[in-house]
Amino acid sequence: MASAVAADPVRPKGALARLLQRKLALFGLVLIVAVVAGAVFAPLIAPYDPNAQHFDGLTLEGAPMPPGGAYPLGTDLLGRDLLSRILYGAQTSLIIGVVANGMALLIGTLVGITAGYFRGIVGAVLMRFTDLMMAFPALLLAICLAAIFTPSLWIVALVIALVNWVQTARVIYTETTSLAERDFIAAEKTLGAGHGRILFRHILPHLVPTIIVWGTLGISTTVLLEATLSYLGVGVQPPTPSWGNIIFENQTYFQAAPWLVFIPGACIVLLALAFNLVGDALRDVLDPTQRGRD
Amino acid sequence: MGPYLLRRLVQSALILLGVSFITFVLLYVLPADPVRQIAGRSATAATVESIRRQLGLDQPFLVQYGRYLFGLIQGDLGRSYLQKTEVAALIASRLPATLLLMAGAIVCELVLGLAMGIAAALWRGRAADQVLMTTSFVTVSAPQFVVGLLLLYVFAVWLRWFPIGGYGTFAHLVLPALTLGILGSGWYARMMRSSMIDVLRADFIRTARAKGLGRGRVVLRHALPNAILPVIAMIGIDIGIFMGGIVVVESVFGWPGIGQLAWQAIQRVDIPIIMGVTLVSACAIVIGNLLADLIAPMIDPRIRLR
Repeated sequence: MASAVAADPVRPKGALARLLQRKLALFGLVLIVAVVAGAVFAPLIAPYDPNAQHFDGLTLEGAPMPPGGAYPLGTDLLGRDLLSRILYGAQTSLIIGVVANGMALLIGTLVGITAGYFRGIVGAVLMRFTDLMMAFPALLLAICLAAIFTPSLWIVALVIALVNWVQTARVIYTETTSLAERDFIAAEKTLGAGHGRILFRHILPHLVPTIIVWGTLGISTTVLLEATLSYLGVGVQPPTPSWGNIIFENQTYFQAAPWLVFIPGACIVLLALAFNLVGDALRDVLDPTQRGRD
Repeated sequence: MGPYLLRRLVQSALILLGVSFITFVLLYVLPADPVRQIAGRSATAATVESIRRQLGLDQPFLVQYGRYLFGLIQGDLGRSYLQKTEVAALIASRLPATLLLMAGAIVCELVLGLAMGIAAALWRGRAADQVLMTTSFVTVSAPQFVVGLLLLYVFAVWLRWFPIGGYGTFAHLVLPALTLGILGSGWYARMMRSSMIDVLRADFIRTARAKGLGRGRVVLRHALPNAILPVIAMIGIDIGIFMGGIVVVESVFGWPGIGQLAWQAIQRVDIPIIMGVTLVSACAIVIGNLLADLIAPMIDPRIRLR
């Protein structure tokens, strides 16, 4: 590795190349690619229909089948193939992860950039509101909202977005306030640039690395929140499989059939971990002030 | 200090007022009708209306909110719709269990997190450091219920060291406290590691080494006390994170705290309880943040309160 750096001392490496050099980030990326592939190709690679209840899917006593044999990861309480449900569940996790986090990121960025650039009354009101949202017990609020509205996939995504935008707003706000005071923005103003132009052509591009980092880390939070809501039974509703609701449905039987809890549980942990690892590495790679530190 | 504290207290009160307003609005516009829940499916329209009037739910929104606030100022959180008890009394009866769980969890996460962080800082850059820091990533990536169920399976079902759930003895406390502790430890481990590394780089550590003190003594007597304080000051912020997780952990372990109370109330649309628990949690978060901000300058005089 050291020789490669020495051989090409002039051209700095791109962000992606530097990201791929980190073993943990690479591991995270591989996991994410695997989950995305599993979700996208679920109809092709899933051995069974995720909602089909198989006659031979339960033992003679009516208990779920352990992993191995015709059902690679075993079956659930209703005799459905666990592997197929996990693969389709990956779709749920990723859709919620991307949609909910996308919405949260959008709200957070808009609030943060507006409050940070305009300051004044608008900024004060927006940031006080953000402070207020920080004092909300987020999970309690999400559970409450999800329990009250009959949760569909999209409602769950919306609920998660509504409680998750606050962190992004704070970070973007701080960055925008310091950017807005820099000389090049003052220069733009003197040249007669309008607010829209300054915001979208000059401030927003500087925020892109932050947005990428928080977007990646946020997916992890979102995946965890969806799993938790679904585990409590107020998230994505069965029969649509989600890793959280697979655990919710089979929890009563977990002493006899632990794989029904721990296989989807491991999936949740691995996916959240993957996004955390990649997000953390991205923070180091994209933020020049962090370079060279450990 | 005086004016600062006063301003922060006023701010905190305003935040709590805002939380109460937003929660009230959310619960007011919700599609589920609490009166239907109380009256039952077979109730006549007349019964439903009379219950609605009794509870004051036929009043306009602002009147309802005004009444609630008026009660709140006098420490009255209203009465539960279904349990016919004062919400304040219900919360008071459940709060000790939650506080006990929280205390246990804080002990667990400090012990685990600080130990991990110190070890990682001392072995910085080596394999042990990487293993510890990766572990800390896993703990922040795991949902509470998965860790809870895993501990339950290993230590209660399999090894039978601890009871499966419930409340009462020390043995009951161990697994739920450990669940929350493990989840919080990764966060502390990272902070402790960077704090320790910063201190170990400081001049006074080099002086201590140069005057001939052993490495163990320097680490324990000189570096550790300085590195540990800023990390411990973060406990206040941690309280907020706990208040969120408590619903899940209490439901996994059947722990009779305010999380369970809230969860049951949410399922039955028992609005006064939901309001009460939300406010108590928000209070805890606000107090926690305030404490963290007040303690920081005591530990590090360079931080000025503004």
